[in-house]
Parts: sequence; C-alpha cells; structure tokens
Amino acid sequence: MNLALPFALLKNSYPQKISDLRNTFAGKQLILLLVFVLLSPLSWAKEAAPVADDPVLERRMIALSEDLRCLVCQNESLAGSRADFANDLRREIREQMQANKSDREIIDFLVARYGDFVLYRPPVKPATYLLWGGPFAFLLTGAGILFFYLKRRRKQIEEPPLTEEQHRHAEALLKEDKGNNA
Amino acid sequence: MTRFLLPLAAFIVLVGFLAVGLNLKPREVPSPLIGKPAPVFQSQLLHEPERMLASQDNLGKVWLLNVWASWCVSCREEHPLLVELARSGIVPIYGLNYKDKRDLALQWLNQYGDPYTVSVVDPEGRIGIDYGVYGVPETYVIDKNGVIRHKQIGPVTVESLEKKILPLIKELQG
Repeated sequence: MNLALPFALLKNSYPQKISDLRNTFAGKQLILLLVFVLLSPLSWAKEAAPVADDPVLERRMIALSEDLRCLVCQNESLAGSRADFANDLRREIREQMQANKSDREIIDFLVARYGDFVLYRPPVKPATYLLWGGPFAFLLTGAGILFFYLKRRRKQIEEPPLTEEQHRHAEALLKEDKGNNA
Repeated sequence: MTRFLLPLAAFIVLVGFLAVGLNLKPREVPSPLIGKPAPVFQSQLLHEPERMLASQDNLGKVWLLNVWASWCVSCREEHPLLVELARSGIVPIYGLNYKDKRDLALQWLNQYGDPYTVSVVDPEGRIGIDYGVYGVPETYVIDKNGVIRHKQIGPVTVESLEKKILPLIKELQG
C-alpha cells in the first residue's frame, strides 16, 4: 500500500486535533487508510495454502527424502536441504511418484546414480557388516571384559577365614571393650 | 607392564584411524557408474540450439564429458587446462552445460576460451541426475564402447591429468 500520498497531503495541512482529521481531505484519506490497514489482516486470515499441488504426494516425497542424504551438504537430508541439488532431486522424486513408481524403485534409481552414500540407512552387505555389526561387537567385548574383571575382583576381595590366633585376639579385644563401657 | 601398554596400544590404534580419516575426502563420493555404460542423452547444442547431439554419436572413440557452468567458480580453475588439452588434440572434450543460461554460457566461453568439440545444454539438470552429478565441475572419461571408466569430481588438476586421466586415455585409445 502506498503511504506516500496521504502523508504528503498531511504535511500541507497537519491537523491540530483528532476532530480536524475528519474535516480535511488528507484526514479523510488517513482515516480510510487506517480502516484498510486494520481490516486487511482479516482478509488474510485463512489456512496456509499447501505449497504442492498434491499434499498427499508431497508428504510421501518428504517422508522418503528424509532418509536420503544430500550429496552437496552431506549432513543434511534431501528433505531438509535448501541446496539446488536437493531441489532437483526432490523434483525428480516427485515426478517419479506421479508416474506411480514405488519407493523401492525410486531408491534404486538414486542408488544407481549416486551410490549407497545417498542412503542414511545403508543396506546390509559384506562391505557394511562392520558398520552394522561393529557396535554390537563392541558391546559384547565390553560385556565380556566387565564379566571377567568383576569375577577376578570378587575373588580378590573375598575375606579369607580368620585363623585361630586371630579369633583369640578378636575375642580379647571385644572383652576389653566391654570392660571399658561397664 | 600391560597396565600401561594396553592403553598405549589402544591410543596408537585410535590415532591411526583418525589419521586415515583426516586424509579421506568425504566430498568425493565414488560413483557407482564407473564400469557401467554412460547414460544415454540427447540434447541441444549450446551454440546451435537447432542441432542435437546424442551420446551414442560418440561410440567408437574415447571422449571426455566435462560438466560445467558459467556460475561455477571452480570451473574457471580447471578451464585453462581443458583449453590446453583440447589444443593438444589428444582427446575430444564434450561439454555438458549444466543448469545454465545460454547467453551467460556463451559469454563465458568467449571470455575464457572454448575447449569443447561441442557443448550440449542441460538447463534443468536432468542429464546431470542421470550421470550422478552433484558437484560441478565433474569430468567423465568414456571409452569406445560408451562405458564410463573414470569420474573426476571437482576441477581437473595437472596432477589428476598426468597421473590418472591421460594414462587412462592412452590405454583406452591403444
């Protein structure tokens, strides 16, 4: 909205009181302007229009591309990245979905071009056994070490039975203690 | 003694892993297309939009496909090398003008020289997707049977040219 006109007019006949506003030409324009400005938010009040033509397909596209890596900004998913590259691939995915391709087919399409690196969930195959199995191997190793360590430790701190002499000594000490208290 | 040796050994192994990790280039994702037939394309020539080039037209010769754009800064870096390579006549270089505007691309070639036998246009990056392009510039070495033999991600350098690309071309042409 162009504010220049009413304000330029206002400059010439600046109103002294609010009531003056109604009487001047510029004042009337200003009131009209205020009415428009205050009313306009009401006209905008509606639900946000979906960006895509087909919100269902868009949701499916986003869900799929969340599991795919953007190769340009490698710590972002295709869904989250604003790189031009991600835009292009989202368009590609969208178009393939419109052509009734399954998620599996689309993923195969992308892997054929960009390799397993596009997948945030790499497939289980000989090259990735270590990746998938590694954490469990570490866990088992750790648990094993802990088990043997605790077993050894228990043996170390197990109290050896008192010898005859130690028994007598202890008894003597206890008697002495009683005598003091009495 | 093992009390100290064991953590030390673990530490050395860890440092070894980190040292290797530091020298990896995560930006260079190995292409699954190497050893596979180059994706087929047919597109307009940059200089003569009424003419088309199909990738199959290049069957029978070893050629380079260089993905470039006027907006691509690193392309400027490799460009003098490509111009020189083209002048040497060792191998034809075909350009894929990726997501560019025709007038800007032509202007860019005028300014920096045109090493390309021809350039084909890919304004929407669709050929790029087929080739797995994600970081311009990229250069593909394609053999006589139309199979991709090598992919250079990022600018071609003197080193990559001498160590990898030129020997490979010689081998493929032989």
